[in-house]
Amino acid sequence: QVKHPVISLRFVFIFIVQMGEFKVHRVRFFDYMPSAIRAMVFSTRTERLALARADGALEIFNFSDNYFQEKVMYGPRRVAVEALCWVGPRLFSAGLNGEITEYDLENLRPRYTVEAYGGPIWTISVNSQGTLLAVGCEDGTVKMFEVLKERIQFQRNLDRQKGRIISLSWHPSGTLIAAGMMDMIRIFDAETGRATHRLLVDRGAGASKSKEVVVWSIAFLSDHTIISSDSAGKVQIWDGLNGTLIRTHLITKWDVLALSVSQDESSLVAGTSEGTVVQFQFISSTVDRLDKDWVRTRTFKNHSHDVRALAHTETAVVSGGMDTQLVVRPLLDKVEKNTRESAMRKVSFPHRSLVCCAKKAGLLLFQFPDHLELWRLGESDGYGKLGGSLPVKRGPEKLIQLKRKGEDHICCSALSPCGGWLAYSTVTSFRLYRLQNGSISICKVSKLPKDLLPAHQLCFSTNSSKLFASSSNSSVVVVALNELECKYLGTLKAKYGCRQPVHQLSASDNGKWLATANTDCEVHVYNLDKLKLHCTVPVYGSCPTAMAIHPTTSNLVVVHADQQIFEYSLVKKEYTEWSRRLQKQGLHSMWLERDTPITHVTFNPKNPAHIIVHDMFMFCIIDKSLPLPEAKNVLYNQMALRSLPEPDRVLHSHGFKICKDFQHLLCVSLLEDHSLVVVERPLLDIVSQLPAPVRQKKFAT
Amino acid sequence: MAALYAGYTLRGLAPAQNRPNSGIQGVEAERDSDHVVVTDSTRCVTLYKVSDQKPLSCWTVKQGHTLTGAAVYNARTQEYVAVSDRKVIRIWKEDDIILDKAFKATVSSDVWRVHCVAGGDPVVLFHRGAVRLLDSLLSAPQQPIEEVLSPEEAISWSTNIVTESQQFVIFTTEQKGDHFLYLQRLNPNSLQRYHLEREEPGLSPLSFSVSYRDKHIRLLYLYPNGHVYESVVSVRAPVPEEGAQALPLPRSLLLSLPVGEGLLQAASAQELDEAHVAVVGVPHPSAGSGKDFLCIWNTNFQTLQAGKEMAGKIYGQLWSFWNKLFIPHGKTFSVIPYDCPKSSLASALGKQRQVKKDESKAPTSVPSWNTLLHEEKAHPSRTAETRKTTAPVEEVQREVQLLLSRTDTQDLQTSVGQLASTLASRSLNDPAFYTPSSLVQLVHTRYLCHSVCPDLVLLALERKDYFLCQLCLQFFPDIPEVVTCACLKVFISMSDVDAAKVNLEPDSVFFMEALIAQEHEAGLNGFSLADEEDRSDNLAEGGATAQRDNEKASAAEQMCPVGLHKAVLLNEILQTAYFDSFLLPHLKDLSSQDVVLFLQYLQFVYLKFSHDACKPTQGLRSPSLTQVMDWMGLLLDAHFTVLVMTPDVKDLLLNLHRFVKSQVRFVSELGKIEGSLQELDKMALKRDVGQYSIEIIELF
Repeated sequence: QVKHPVISLRFVFIFIVQMGEFKVHRVRFFDYMPSAIRAMVFSTRTERLALARADGALEIFNFSDNYFQEKVMYGPRRVAVEALCWVGPRLFSAGLNGEITEYDLENLRPRYTVEAYGGPIWTISVNSQGTLLAVGCEDGTVKMFEVLKERIQFQRNLDRQKGRIISLSWHPSGTLIAAGMMDMIRIFDAETGRATHRLLVDRGAGASKSKEVVVWSIAFLSDHTIISSDSAGKVQIWDGLNGTLIRTHLITKWDVLALSVSQDESSLVAGTSEGTVVQFQFISSTVDRLDKDWVRTRTFKNHSHDVRALAHTETAVVSGGMDTQLVVRPLLDKVEKNTRESAMRKVSFPHRSLVCCAKKAGLLLFQFPDHLELWRLGESDGYGKLGGSLPVKRGPEKLIQLKRKGEDHICCSALSPCGGWLAYSTVTSFRLYRLQNGSISICKVSKLPKDLLPAHQLCFSTNSSKLFASSSNSSVVVVALNELECKYLGTLKAKYGCRQPVHQLSASDNGKWLATANTDCEVHVYNLDKLKLHCTVPVYGSCPTAMAIHPTTSNLVVVHADQQIFEYSLVKKEYTEWSRRLQKQGLHSMWLERDTPITHVTFNPKNPAHIIVHDMFMFCIIDKSLPLPEAKNVLYNQMALRSLPEPDRVLHSHGFKICKDFQHLLCVSLLEDHSLVVVERPLLDIVSQLPAPVRQKKFAT
Repeated sequence: MAALYAGYTLRGLAPAQNRPNSGIQGVEAERDSDHVVVTDSTRCVTLYKVSDQKPLSCWTVKQGHTLTGAAVYNARTQEYVAVSDRKVIRIWKEDDIILDKAFKATVSSDVWRVHCVAGGDPVVLFHRGAVRLLDSLLSAPQQPIEEVLSPEEAISWSTNIVTESQQFVIFTTEQKGDHFLYLQRLNPNSLQRYHLEREEPGLSPLSFSVSYRDKHIRLLYLYPNGHVYESVVSVRAPVPEEGAQALPLPRSLLLSLPVGEGLLQAASAQELDEAHVAVVGVPHPSAGSGKDFLCIWNTNFQTLQAGKEMAGKIYGQLWSFWNKLFIPHGKTFSVIPYDCPKSSLASALGKQRQVKKDESKAPTSVPSWNTLLHEEKAHPSRTAETRKTTAPVEEVQREVQLLLSRTDTQDLQTSVGQLASTLASRSLNDPAFYTPSSLVQLVHTRYLCHSVCPDLVLLALERKDYFLCQLCLQFFPDIPEVVTCACLKVFISMSDVDAAKVNLEPDSVFFMEALIAQEHEAGLNGFSLADEEDRSDNLAEGGATAQRDNEKASAAEQMCPVGLHKAVLLNEILQTAYFDSFLLPHLKDLSSQDVVLFLQYLQFVYLKFSHDACKPTQGLRSPSLTQVMDWMGLLLDAHFTVLVMTPDVKDLLLNLHRFVKSQVRFVSELGKIEGSLQELDKMALKRDVGQYSIEIIELF
């Protein structure tokens, strides 16, 4: 296909001049460690998955939008959430501190907390009508709370039992409730509060005979079948009408920690301490028989550690546990094969940036839940050959480790481009610091405007004179900074009715514009001179995951959760020519099939045609001046191109320079001196820091 | 294997010679598996008891009116529903005798058809694509009916299915050569429109058939070029908003039926179960180009399962209810019971033993004069296969040539297998008949394997056709050990003079010539017979001196003990696949002279290979060193006691013993340097990236 040799030669020229070599700071000293998954619950109505981690963080994933992590919240204190529950669009959690918390999903904080007065709460469950919440407490009571419009109110206790209530499940009719306890299952009449049945659960064989068996999870089906999973490794099926055991499946030597039943009650999954997820299906055991039975059908092994939380969606099994990864495993009989939906997904990293890079100062800010780290990058003066590493003249240096005040998690942080300001926010406090780089001194700025709380996202202007903080109801607070003083300038408000939090902020280099994106997929651009709304980018059906305003052309580049890229001209208030061309031709299918979102967009100041984006597995320099990759051709990445002979390389190259040399990326940024910073966190490093998994007998050991 | 049983006539068809259609408008299931309602294309609806071949009732509309839609039976209310004169819906019960006195309702728009299946409510599909439940339509018969289809679009086919949760009306339309599929859900109503991919220009589907399995609706359709496609639509598929564009409907080619000359005119394909399709109006692959066959094809394995010639004109109509196919053909309307057991690879290949059918279960067949007469008429045009059983050798060869020159390889597989086994069995029965060149051609197609025609290798051995033997050994992956052994026995006991006359595959002969040609060259690398007991551990120094002493002895052993062609044949044996515990008992049948000769040959090949290590890397097909060693081991295992007692073989055994020693020594030397090799491996690993580095990358 050598149609235009002249043009091809010109491209070669452009490559050499414009792409060429990059100096890369390869950073692996960010010891980011995700926390174990403790509980999850899926809402079929909203297609949202709520997930609780061991450090108290709550995450909301939108399954209808490419599993995008829309929201991250932190509870008031570092409290382990033990159970979660959706009531319509409302989210409740309960934990071992004995409190029930409802969350404000718009302001990303707890709305209120109710003490249950029953000791630690192990489980929470709502009836199918959404009117009553039942919680299972350490003192052996099942407590009912009425769900009111604004609050929940204690209604009654069911008969108090000896021993703690570990798991609860309502019968779909709402008249019965089954409770998993130590060594037994109780069925209560929800109206009278009396216990009607007592089902005794066998203990494990051998040495564990003397140990109480814990009924970790329970499910009450509409045909009065009760399914329980326990610490002796059993999944048991009971007849809830007569209180008899129908069948026992011994699936592991260890605990079966979680159960989840599909909406149509034809399939259920059980998660074990070995990291396996076992599927059971309600089918007839032989083809010609009509009577159905719960039959063990599939075993998935996607985890190395305990599976603590499970959700059975209509088409997939979602699991998570000690190994911190969220795994979405589609059931191949429910989805079309070899499509995007049938691919397994693992969510290992948060879908937002935990790294802030001061481009001018060469500093990196790492955000941990309880502290911040500020590093200065190293230097090198040597010249090395391609593909090799340079001698490091000055190694990287940790300048500051800043512990957060109080008990709350750090929910957002920012470092100004000049490296002179540092800000972070928790749910209850906001702090701003002045840094003196040369002498490494830090001093706190007092007398901050009150409007800064709660901040969901922070951003400094390019000249470090302003700080933007996204606040409640989609608004953004603008604060002016000068030497040791901080003045409230105003609040940017979107149109009436925007309530979702802003999760992306981007200021233009000339200080004229500020773009915001919220989880309702709206992108607003404000004029900072007038502090007024400039324009609203046409709403696209997928949530923006990263965006940035080009320093010279003032075009806004937005990347969405479905991997689409748009470029919007703020001057003309329309999509740019390149963006239209991209949409017309369509992105390459290999690009669209990537399963991690783009989390950062930046530009090359030397070449205005370059857009630098990255996801977890690659970074890509999009050169707008080059032809787009064509759908019928293979999308060559840089590694593949390098292996090609020189003439083929020209034929196969395209405008998307995808580099996969660095993997498990948390940040890719371009410093002012034209060198790239990549922050890697290899998954192997994370795995090596996990506790040892349960011991399993391997052959010949 | 699926089977078609003897059919019987339900009724005759009105004798109108040059009418293109059969006169039957529709067949619908009635209350149970033995009743059907047949609507003819003019005025009459008849209820049949199928097993009795007898009409139970018949209803007729008045002269001047015509039935425009097939009558259906509503099992819930036990009523029949039909459409006459496009706009009048008639409903009656079985006791109603005169149709015109029964319930009638006139609606405001033309009706295409009324559909009703067991478990669903009757639905009315209008000409312009609108769908109403019959009940709601009758509550206000004159209600306005919307136009769904564009003006040039016309319905070509429609049906109705009921899933666990929903009822669907499915219909296809044609608009200027484009075909569309509509999927109308009822309660809640929604309509999806799909665009069928275009086949070759000008071809429109001849027939559709729809089935519902595993939450998916499967549409099967047949094109005049014999292609049968399947498209799968999920019933769960999200409903696109109103007025959306037609979605492209992905399809997969299930079958490519042979069409003979020209395109199919009147044909129909009907899905029987997940693996079987009944096709009428398509030629039988082994019976010329006559298109009057009813066939059952297995779609999983692309095999023809059963076929039946249907006398008279085929109208391209086919219905199937309860394991019976209903086909109008010629002047009769036949019912043909069929049976489709679960398909497996074994049954598709015809290897599964047929379970004897219970006589009582087999459908009763009532002979009819009509079919008897037609069958007799059909006999002269019997298949080519029957002719072949008597044809002379030359004609067979010509026919085979013709067959193989065909390009459509799909059904060649089955026919080549059939042909080869027929030829082999005929040759076995008839000593005068043998077609070596045809058989060689057939084997060369590589479609054959031993299990398809088990007689072929033995036949070749019997006829001393060693070339064919060689080809079979080369191309058949599944030759049983007993046959391999039989070949070995024949080859080894054959005299060299006989063998020299045999014409063999040139490549293998060339390889063997090359091997023998360098007989007297000195050993280049590694060990030779020089490996005596007294040899020192120092490999480099020991070889040369010891070799001189033994040069004489080794020269004798380096002569090839068998002739060239015999060696070539033995090489083929060495390269066949086997399982040693099955081979051993047969090896024991060899006589001791044969064993010794074979061992000598193996020793010779072994020496050649170990002298020249680059030998087996040539492109030619040749036995590998391990194969030679394995055979040696097997032979020694099978005959060790005999060999030990035989004095002549002592030298040979001692030599072999020396091989083993040299092998052991070689392995121990390898073991010594294993550690160093592993270190090399580790050095090749990528250097560890530390916590921080500054690198240079280049982007193209």
